[in-house]
Amino acid sequence: MQNKMKESDPILEVENLSASTDNLPILKGVSLSVYPGEIHAIMGRNGCGKSTLSKIIAGHPSYNITNGDIKFLGENINSLEPEERSQSGIFLGFQYPIEIPGVSNLEFLRVSTNARRKFLNKEELDTFDFEELVKEKLEIVKMDHAFLSRSVNQGFSGGEKKRNEILQMALLEPKIAILDETDSGLDIDALRIVASGIKKISNAQTGIILITHYQRLLDEIKPNYVHVMSDGQIIKTGESDLALELEEKGYEWTDNFIKKT
Amino acid sequence: MVNENLVKDVVKEPYKYGFVTDIETEKIEKGLNEDIIKLISQKKEEPEFLLDFRLKAFKKWQKMKEPNWAALGYKKIDYQDIIYYSAPKQKEKISSLDEVDPKLLETFDKLGIPLTEQKKLTNVAVDAVFDSVSIATTFREELAEHGVIFCSISEAVKNHADLIEKYLGTVVPASDNYFAALNSAVFSDGSFVYIPKGVTCPMDLSSYFRINSGDSGQFERTLIIAEESSSVSYLEGCTAPMFDTNTLHAAVVELVALDDASIKYSTVQNWYAGDEEGVGGIFNFVTKRGKCLGKRSKISWSQVETGSAITWKYPSCLLLGEESVGEFYSVALTNNLQQADTGTKMIHIGPKTKSTIVSKGISAGNSKNSYRGLVKMGTKATGSRNYSQCDSMLIGDQASANTFPYIKSQQPNSEIEHEASTCRISEDQLFYLQSRGIEFEEAVSMMVSGFCRDVFNQLPMEFAAEADKLLALKLEGSVG
Repeated sequence: MQNKMKESDPILEVENLSASTDNLPILKGVSLSVYPGEIHAIMGRNGCGKSTLSKIIAGHPSYNITNGDIKFLGENINSLEPEERSQSGIFLGFQYPIEIPGVSNLEFLRVSTNARRKFLNKEELDTFDFEELVKEKLEIVKMDHAFLSRSVNQGFSGGEKKRNEILQMALLEPKIAILDETDSGLDIDALRIVASGIKKISNAQTGIILITHYQRLLDEIKPNYVHVMSDGQIIKTGESDLALELEEKGYEWTDNFIKKT
Repeated sequence: MVNENLVKDVVKEPYKYGFVTDIETEKIEKGLNEDIIKLISQKKEEPEFLLDFRLKAFKKWQKMKEPNWAALGYKKIDYQDIIYYSAPKQKEKISSLDEVDPKLLETFDKLGIPLTEQKKLTNVAVDAVFDSVSIATTFREELAEHGVIFCSISEAVKNHADLIEKYLGTVVPASDNYFAALNSAVFSDGSFVYIPKGVTCPMDLSSYFRINSGDSGQFERTLIIAEESSSVSYLEGCTAPMFDTNTLHAAVVELVALDDASIKYSTVQNWYAGDEEGVGGIFNFVTKRGKCLGKRSKISWSQVETGSAITWKYPSCLLLGEESVGEFYSVALTNNLQQADTGTKMIHIGPKTKSTIVSKGISAGNSKNSYRGLVKMGTKATGSRNYSQCDSMLIGDQASANTFPYIKSQQPNSEIEHEASTCRISEDQLFYLQSRGIEFEEAVSMMVSGFCRDVFNQLPMEFAAEADKLLALKLEGSVG
């Protein structure tokens, strides 16, 4: 928990969250609050539970919440379907975006965008209006129009998949975006495009959680807070310089914190 | 996995066409023997040659064995326990639709096939077949102006005996297989189409087959002849009521295309599939074959198979004419305990012949869905080509999919290309779509539609929309 005074209500509150899959505990009491305009980074070794945390917030059916709550804009969302979470403004950028053969990317993006618009009581867009909107958003991620006529993520390079994720984020205009290792597998140019895309989309009303292993994304997008996860818990929280310290000293350094707690 | 149950819920199928029409019918006694065949022929006032054709077929059938090579399991059919002729009682000769029993018109209305002058579909001519007989054929006069003959095969036997005698059994000989022989012996009605030289049929032609009785088999026979440089698009739809017994449907369809002629034959098969425990449903054993007799002739089969407890069906092309073209586009969806063994045969006989096979099998529930296809290049088929693509999609973890491609080439100067894939709607794919705000059912439906797109693109416009709806309906249900 941050101990600073906040002017507004949090977008997302994760309270003492424990969760398991196939009776195997993965999260063991995670607490985290994200306020409007904040950028949080979550770091940690592979298997520490970072990705699981993001999937549980998005509503993945393979995980059971065994204790604790997830609140979004003050409401408990523990039992909401993934589509309801998305429609209400939670976005998960996938570490490995899924390929869906035969389903056109354009149609997928349109149906998805309209589901969110419907929730917001905005008019749903027909194919022509959607074309206009998507053209504008393509600029943000420097993607070619040709991407839209292909099947969702099918045959996309790693970088293209990640940019397609950011394109979706730009279209859905979420209240909170959780980006799971969006930087992994990107070359330096793609990383810059993705980072600048994220910056363009986020604003004083939105919250962002960046899950990452590396400092290089955090060089581009400076987080307000950095959390270090280990074995299903947040073992240390600090400001952006914590990431630098971590880069320098390695995760072994954080092992000391576990012993202390 | 958690979602498996949800998937099962979603593919629960409500069958909208399961009603029975309460109508007085004329049925002959159960069983099959020469006397029964003579009786059918007599009822239909057939010429001698046709009775001969039937009796010869019956003799052959008696010597044949029911095939067991298909990947299908079903209880033995008792051929003596079936009624081979069942017709709604009507006035002897019907001269106009006004004389058709309103109950029949109402039935077809309910099926979305209005037949009356005021309500009939405007862009397609319909031949409506109810159990063993054709009830009505719309737009006959309009078609006749173009020289197109579209009528029931019984009428064609009476009025165009020369064409029947010339072509019947030339594509699917009576001895072709067990079910074709049975059909040849006892076929009751079906559609007949003749497109004269140089004519492009001014509208789509369509037959709608309705099984109403639970204890009688349906044995329809369709013959389509496209003369030189003519073309036609023909659509076929089928439904049946829900009975807890199995009804046998053994049809034969023969197509003949002469020089530069083209026939496009599309089917949406939605016979009753039986319930979730596999009780009831149609046994669908069908022989469909087209003969590309002329140069540059073309026969294209598209089918959307969603019904029947058992489907055994291989719409095929005999490519005799030089540069003739055969196509087969298929979507087969099975659910619960349905079993489908379906595919095609492309027999390349003439030089520079070309064939394309695109098959999409979707298996859900505990169903079994097999593609079985033969591509054969004969000794004279130089420069011929085939491309086959067979994809299977599994929904849930109890369904099975098989692909049996047979390839025989006697001509080194020909090309055969085969691609196959199997995929499963994964929990990850569903979660991905859901996490983008797309509801579970829509996500499944989107993926199934996407999977079938190559085939739907081949269907006539109004049929494509129907097929998409039908699949969505089959996949409709409550999400947990």
